[in-house]
Amino acid sequence: MPELVVNGERHDVEGPAMRTLAETLREDLGLTGTKIACGEGHCGACTVLVDGAPTLSCITLVHAVGDREVTTIEGLRDHPLVDAFVRADALQCGFCTPGQIVSASALVRDQPEPARDDIRHAMAGNLCRCGTYPKIEEAILAVAADAD
Amino acid sequence: MARLIRTEKEVEGKYTEQWIVVEEDSLDQWPEGPQTTVGRPAARVTGPARARGEAEYTADVQLPGMLHTAVLRSPHGHARVTRLELGPALEAPGVRGVLTPEECEHLTSEPGYPGEPVAAVAADTFAQAEAALARIDVDWEIVEPRLDPDDAVRREELIGEPQRYERGDADRGLAEADVVVEAEYRTQTVLHNALETHQSVCVWEGGRLTVYTSTQFIWGVRAEVAEHFGIPEDRVRVVCRYMGGGFGAKTTPGEYTYIAAQLARKTGRPVRCALTRREENLASGNRHATIQRLVAGAREDGTLTALGGEFTMAVGWDGFQSSTAGPMQMLYACDNVRTVEYGAKLNTGPNAAFRAPGFVEGTFGLECLLDELAAKLGLDPLELRRRNYADSDLVDDRPFSSKNLLECYRRAEPHWGRRDEVRARSEGPWRRGVGLASQIWYGAGGPPSYAWVRVGSDGRAHVITGGQDIGTGTTTALAQIAAEELGLPLDRVEISIGDSDRGPYASISAGSSTTPSLGPAVRAAAADVARQIVEVAAQRHDLEERVLSLRDGNVVSADGGSWGLEEITGLFDDAQIIGKGSRGPNPTGMRVLTFGVQVAEVAVDVETGEIRVERIAAIHDIGRVINPLGASSQVEGGIIQGLGHTLSEQRLLDPESGAVLTQTLDAYKLPTIADVPEIVTELLDIPDPHLTNLGAKGLGEPPIIPTAAAIANAIRDATGADVRSLPITREEMLRALEEARERERAVAGSAG
Repeated sequence: MPELVVNGERHDVEGPAMRTLAETLREDLGLTGTKIACGEGHCGACTVLVDGAPTLSCITLVHAVGDREVTTIEGLRDHPLVDAFVRADALQCGFCTPGQIVSASALVRDQPEPARDDIRHAMAGNLCRCGTYPKIEEAILAVAADAD
Repeated sequence: MARLIRTEKEVEGKYTEQWIVVEEDSLDQWPEGPQTTVGRPAARVTGPARARGEAEYTADVQLPGMLHTAVLRSPHGHARVTRLELGPALEAPGVRGVLTPEECEHLTSEPGYPGEPVAAVAADTFAQAEAALARIDVDWEIVEPRLDPDDAVRREELIGEPQRYERGDADRGLAEADVVVEAEYRTQTVLHNALETHQSVCVWEGGRLTVYTSTQFIWGVRAEVAEHFGIPEDRVRVVCRYMGGGFGAKTTPGEYTYIAAQLARKTGRPVRCALTRREENLASGNRHATIQRLVAGAREDGTLTALGGEFTMAVGWDGFQSSTAGPMQMLYACDNVRTVEYGAKLNTGPNAAFRAPGFVEGTFGLECLLDELAAKLGLDPLELRRRNYADSDLVDDRPFSSKNLLECYRRAEPHWGRRDEVRARSEGPWRRGVGLASQIWYGAGGPPSYAWVRVGSDGRAHVITGGQDIGTGTTTALAQIAAEELGLPLDRVEISIGDSDRGPYASISAGSSTTPSLGPAVRAAAADVARQIVEVAAQRHDLEERVLSLRDGNVVSADGGSWGLEEITGLFDDAQIIGKGSRGPNPTGMRVLTFGVQVAEVAVDVETGEIRVERIAAIHDIGRVINPLGASSQVEGGIIQGLGHTLSEQRLLDPESGAVLTQTLDAYKLPTIADVPEIVTELLDIPDPHLTNLGAKGLGEPPIIPTAAAIANAIRDATGADVRSLPITREEMLRALEEARERERAVAGSAG
């Protein structure tokens, strides 16, 4: 039975060969903060970190993760981005928000002081149908400013 | 005393009369401007739960033993099922039940559009249900699909009767005009694509049905589902605590709810039925395409003498005609207006309301036509609009409850005044320009809606109402209203919504109505609690009620006495003081509308047809603003959705089969963060003195309405080209540029 490391905890996982990481997280481990909005890697709502890299969990097979560490929104609840998103009103319906925050966490880790264009480049794969983009930019800039 | 009244109700421009019961609505409006909590920016109260991934959406509901559904949908534009054999599917691994058209009226054996549901399978996992679908033996007899809306109108294959409207004499008005412009505008079919797809989880317990569903109207779902099963409405509980977007498409139960409920009854298990993204883009509704053949006549001074429009709407297999002629009838003081609207029945997915249905499309046509007229008259487009300003509603000959569009125009001037500087920044193939467009829409809200507020020994208030927050920030606005009335800081107010078993009736979240419908009821309920607390405090401390008030979490008396709220409410141990409130009627004999103007700045590469929107200023009049932070988010969101409608979004069909080619978010182009221009939001924040105890109107829809026309008019300003078709692809841009060059050559030729 393969093991999966999620947010620092080890889990035994089982499932058919085509089981995705997103399904495993949501249905088997109860980590429903990761959302599935398109199921085919086009929208970014399912973004998690795999060994720190933003990864689309809805098109990642769970058996392919191996011993790499998975971080979901549940592992990032204390990240300053969460508070920054709330304060900037960078969410409306909120369905894309966990994925946005996961993507943004990798950005601010790699580029503590991102320019607007850096944000637009790094976040372009996370769709938001409510149109919270201007506030997402603000939230990420606020975290970068606070880190100074 | 309960008061029975008959009143007018409006949702998205559709007026009905109905009986309502209200308590006396005797509260005076708060003064204009920011109060202690209302009118000041507040982070949304549901923000932490949503951002931390703790909020339980319908998509996250997991019940013990829950089955998953896959739906067999027609792959054809129009077909008849000649054989349907479900036996092999029933024997597939994990399958617990199937549903046929004979068992469920929301399945059909004569599907009229690609994606119409035919049969359903419930299994232990979604993968098993999908695998079982492939085993269904089905034969289709293919019927040639009807896809051309003009053709459907010629054949009189219509949905609903043609809608005809006339005031004055449009022919005479055109004859009297010094200048006449005629043009044909087209808008495309747009798909909602809320990120949470349409879905429900249904479970039966002791003859009661619980429906967890992603909806804009829990009470509407309750009524329709109860009727479907022939059970009393109170035997159905509908729950929607968090909702992943709707934009108009989630106002009814949808076939997925009936399928889940029926399979749940059949299998004795909880059943989920959730659309995939591809199903979402086939069969969950759309903003229907339009063809608008428009004419306007004016005197040399710009006075409109006539407006006319023939609107053909590609409604689809089912749905309703959006009021595309509405802006032409309502926006300007023109005495002679004639419109006719045809709804074409086609073998395409049924339409559904989509954020200001009809007015987004109709405003694109009308406001582009006005700019074409301004160009021909040699008049400033903003001045042309001022000269035709409507002081009263000419459709029903009623006064407006409030209208501050002139003030919006005044506030637009600094943005409009940037155009010389913007044009001067044109360089190389990049031409820059500025355009504007006006906005008119409903947004009054209306009764009935009810709320309860309780205050307990902890000195905290809890607002309870059966509304839903579809992402617009309703819960935060309601909490602010209760906090204001009770003199409490916002963090001492809890709010529970979205459960028909655990709160009173509240209206639909559609038509920019949630805050103006629910807000006054919440204020009334909070005032009811406040009155009781004052009465209790007066008796406890031997004071007159008139010297007491609630402030900063205390009961204070005029002579300087002050008691913490919990000292008064704590008298009852853990029991609570409970208030209730209702939404009063809208002002009789008045038209309640929202207004605004947007100014867009664009850059167009005249060699490649690339368009960049660089800045949009949005000025809207929506009465009192409850939460300026949330309101600015609504404006930005509407504009960004409008940007997609204007430049990139389009449902594409195979012209022969009618198959939808844009089922994925790869093929269907939503705006990304990289597409967003600078957005400047200005809200007038002038309470409507005639509307409720708040003076607040709705804001969900107004911001999306003028965006496309403002961008198209900016493109004309930048390039001289008339773009008349949405989305403005590079192909459309290059076509319009070539047309403009030909026109120039013709003028040069005749001059030579």
